Formats: sequence, C-alpha cells, structure tokens
Amino acid sequence: MTATPKISIPLKPQAANDSDSRQSADTAIWSAAKILIKASEVSLFYGPSQALKKISMDIRERLVTAFIGPSGCGKSTFLRCFNRMNDLIDHVRVEGRIHIGGHDIYSRNVDVIELRKRVGMVFQRSNPFPKSIFENVAYGLRLHGMKTGSELEAVVEKSLRGAALWDEVKDRLHSSALGLSGGQQQRLCIARAIAIRPQILLMDEPASALDPIATAKIEELILELKKEFTIVIVTHNMQQAARISDLTAFFYLGELIEYDLTKKIFTNPGKTQTEDYVTGRFG
Amino acid sequence: MSTLSSAPNEAASTASFQKKRVDIPSAIGAGVTLSATILILLILGVILGNILWNGLPGLSFRFVFSGANRDMFDVEKAGILPMVVGTASRVILMSLFVIPVGVITAIYLSEYAKPTSATTRFIRSAVNNLAGVPSIVFGLFGMGFFIHFAGGSLDRFFHSDSAEPVWNKPGILWASLTLAVMTLPLVIVATEESLKAIAPGLREASLALGATKLETVQKVVLPQALPGIMTGGILAVSRAGGEVAPILFTGAAYYMAHYPQSLTDQFMDLGYHAFVLSTQSPNVDQTRPILFATVLTLLLLTFTLNLVAIVIRARIRRGMRAAH
Repeated sequence: MTATPKISIPLKPQAANDSDSRQSADTAIWSAAKILIKASEVSLFYGPSQALKKISMDIRERLVTAFIGPSGCGKSTFLRCFNRMNDLIDHVRVEGRIHIGGHDIYSRNVDVIELRKRVGMVFQRSNPFPKSIFENVAYGLRLHGMKTGSELEAVVEKSLRGAALWDEVKDRLHSSALGLSGGQQQRLCIARAIAIRPQILLMDEPASALDPIATAKIEELILELKKEFTIVIVTHNMQQAARISDLTAFFYLGELIEYDLTKKIFTNPGKTQTEDYVTGRFG
Repeated sequence: MSTLSSAPNEAASTASFQKKRVDIPSAIGAGVTLSATILILLILGVILGNILWNGLPGLSFRFVFSGANRDMFDVEKAGILPMVVGTASRVILMSLFVIPVGVITAIYLSEYAKPTSATTRFIRSAVNNLAGVPSIVFGLFGMGFFIHFAGGSLDRFFHSDSAEPVWNKPGILWASLTLAVMTLPLVIVATEESLKAIAPGLREASLALGATKLETVQKVVLPQALPGIMTGGILAVSRAGGEVAPILFTGAAYYMAHYPQSLTDQFMDLGYHAFVLSTQSPNVDQTRPILFATVLTLLLLTFTLNLVAIVIRARIRRGMRAAH
C-alpha cells in the first residue's frame, strides 16, 4: 500500500490562488509557497533490505518541513536522498523520482556537485573542519572559485551573521573552530552551509547533541533562516517540530504515514499511528 | 530509635567494601606483565649500554667528519664521513620514493577501494606479505629487478654504444628503491590507520558542500593524516637505516675513494662498514673501538633523522590544534 497523504486544510477561499490546489482550500502559508521538491514513489534499498517504501511528497518553498518518527523509520535516509548523500554508501539503490525545481536529480546527467551546492546540509554531530573559524566558512566558497580576499571576508561575515554567530566570534576568526562550544560549532556548520547560498537546507537532527539553551538558539535561527531558505529538518524532539515547522511528515517503518500542517499533526492527526506517536504512546 | 536501627546497616555497608585478603590472580597478572616490561627495558639497556660504553671512547669529531682514504682499519686515522653521507643519502632518497607511493596506495585503499571487494582484500594481503619477506630476499629482488631488469633495459635502449654498464650495476638509486619496496608496508599501514582515525563527518561535511572526492582528500583528509604519514616515514627510516642485506647487492661498496657523484654510483654505508670492520679487519681486536664507534654513529644518525621527523610532526600537530 502506498501512503499518499490527503491534505485536508481549513477553508480559506481568498487565499486559494495556487493553481494545482485541487481542493481550492488552503491556508495562507500553504498556498503562498510553491513546490520546490517533488518526490514521487521513492524507494530505497540497502542491499536486499528496503528502507524507504514508495514515498511521495511535495516540499514547499521557504517553509520549514519537519520529518518525525521513531529511530530507523527512514526519515534521515529520505532526507539524504535530496542531496544524494546516500550515493556514498555502497549497495544503496534508489527507485522513483525526486525533482528539485523541476529537475530530476537522479537522472544520469545530473552534476552531483552542482546539486549539493544548491542543497546544503547540516549534520547531527557538528563537524567543523580542524581549521580556523574563517577557513571553515570560506571552505565552500573557495571550492566554488571565490578567490579575492575582500569578497571572501564579506561573505564569511554575512554568513556568520546569518547564523547568529558573528558577535561571538568576530574577534577570533582566525583561531581554531574546535575551540568553540558545541552549540557554536553547530551554528558555524550552519554558517558554512549557507555561505554558498543553497536554496534548500537539510538539517539532520541539528540540535540533538546540544543543551536546551544552545537548542533554543538553533531553533530561533531556523525561524530566521526560513525567510531565505527552504528548510527540511529531521528531529526526534516533538516539541521542536511543533515549535519551528510549518509542515510535519510522520514516518514509520520506511513509510510516510501522514503529512500535513504541523498544527494539525499535533492537535488532530488523521491517522491513529500518528496520534499514538505524537502523544508519546509509542516510539 | 532511629540511630539504633540504622547502626547495623551502616556497619554492614562499610564491611562490604573492605578488602578481605590479597587478590592473588591480580597480583600475579600485574607481576608478570611488569616483569616482561622490565625484561624488555633490560635488553634494550644492555644493548645501548654496551654500544655506548665501547663506542664512546672511539667516537670523535675527527672520526665522524673525515674521509676513509686507505686507512679504514687504522684506529688513529680512520674516518667515516663517507659512510655517514652514504647512509643518510640512501635513507633520504628512499623516503622520497616510499612516502609518496605508500601514501597514495593508502589513500586508494582507504578512500576509493570498496573495503569488502576481493581486489581490496588481495591488495591488503599482498601488503601484509610484503612486510613478512626477509630483507635478504629484498636484496636479491633489487638486484634481479632493479639492476638487471630495469638497469639492463635502460642500458640496452639508451647506452647500447657504451662499453661500461651505466645503469646495469649496483648504485645508490637501486639500493634506495630496494629499501623503499621493503618499507612500503610500514608507510601504507601507518597512513591507513591515520586515515581511518579521521571522523567520517569531516568527509561528509566537505562532500555536502559540493567538494569532489579528490578535493576532499586534498583539503580535508590529507592535512589531517599528515602526522600519521610522518609516523610511517619515521618507522621506515628507522627500519631502513640499519638494514644491510637489501643494499648488499644493490649499491653498498666495500671501499670507495670518492663520494657518490651520481645516482648510479655506489656508496659506502655505516651498517655495511660495521660488517666489514667485524669480519674483514686484519686485526679484529685492535679495530674493535672503531667498530663500536661506527655502530654508535649509525644509531645517532638514525636517531637524528627520526628526531627531525618527530619535531616536524609535533609542529604539525600543534598547528592543527591552534590557529590555522
């Protein structure tokens, strides 16, 4: 059985200017955002075992979409399909199609490097390079050909400001990134990712290793970043999903069980499995 | 009442932590491992002490820094600078070959090859087998492959008009290459270990920013692996410094009136010279002081080369921790 979530959304006719909205019913955020990522029947296999089962979903521009679900449900694996990080693992096979901005990212002639420039990623464990703070942010810029010092400096500053880290590090840009606290390191990784101006920012449990204060800063930052970036975030923290995301997708055993407005998922989910999970009855 | 009732409990809880008797198995374990360690230190101490005790009297500035000429068995006049230069040159030359090839092989095995494939397993077992080959076999291989096959081919193609062989004879290049083949496993294994120790998250971070695999290796992986590569180099230098068997047929000379002028020249060598002094001397008892002084010089040379590498490695590590 393919889980194709039906989206039922409170009626708001004056906002229904989205042409492909069959229900002519949408909330303001839902209708204003156009589809950026379109996954159609995506299945993924690790050797013989199937990790994702025909997942179809649309991810909309400049919204925060949260993936929730118990460990091993495939949410991180699905996230890593969007920048083809799963390519790095042996014996992985992906079926189905994922379109980003209308381009099939699994077609033969896709330049994976170009894809990863457009789809940035922040990982669960902060992974700054053992270089200076400045060099961490400049890394991607240098890779993609930015050479002049003044230009680099300007973009590094802008990115660090964008990641709400500039004030804390502006006096020690050239000291090692490994001297930063865990939360600062994670914000540095965000700065590094946004420096090359991706359209989409994938975040794989970005705050799971951080204390509550550092987590709050990351969440605040995500709400700021969604003005410019389309954010897809995997999280184990249900309150976090409720606080920061516009849409939430619930995964279970490799299937997409339900995908809807976050408010609806957490207050009035359509499926009992979702309800059991978000109310803490299992997972 | 409460104090009375809690008193026996307290007594019981302290009693349970009290050591009842000597733990004999633990004591034996500690004793055996400690004595094995002391034994090793003793052996090392005896060897080094013997060399220092017998070698120091014969060691002088003049002995180390003057040429051999025809007085190599003369305790008063002998000098070993040509041997010091020969050994240092062959070790440095070897490093130039073995480090790039070993590092590139390790990068292939660790970053590119599929870890479970039959080819990778075959390469790995080949590397391990290479480490187990006796050094005299490397010497014979060097003579057969480098001198006769490679050198002979070079002579046939480029020097067919020359009466004397140019490449088809023992020389410092062939000796260094033979040593490089011998020490290859050390560099490969040390480099691979250091590549494995790099957090996979760093490679992912680089690739996710749109770096190619090659860019990731160059800019993230290799700088991190540098101390491990240096360790491999240090091991190779230590191993090769004292080896005589691989250079016996491939380049070491019993006696030479001049320093090697080119890569095809033979050279005098400290290790081989120690062998010469102990077996070819007209009066072994009389030349014993210079034999020990030669061995001590060889140790000091290897130690110095290692020290240079260790200092460079320490600076790299410091640099990695501190500012970029």
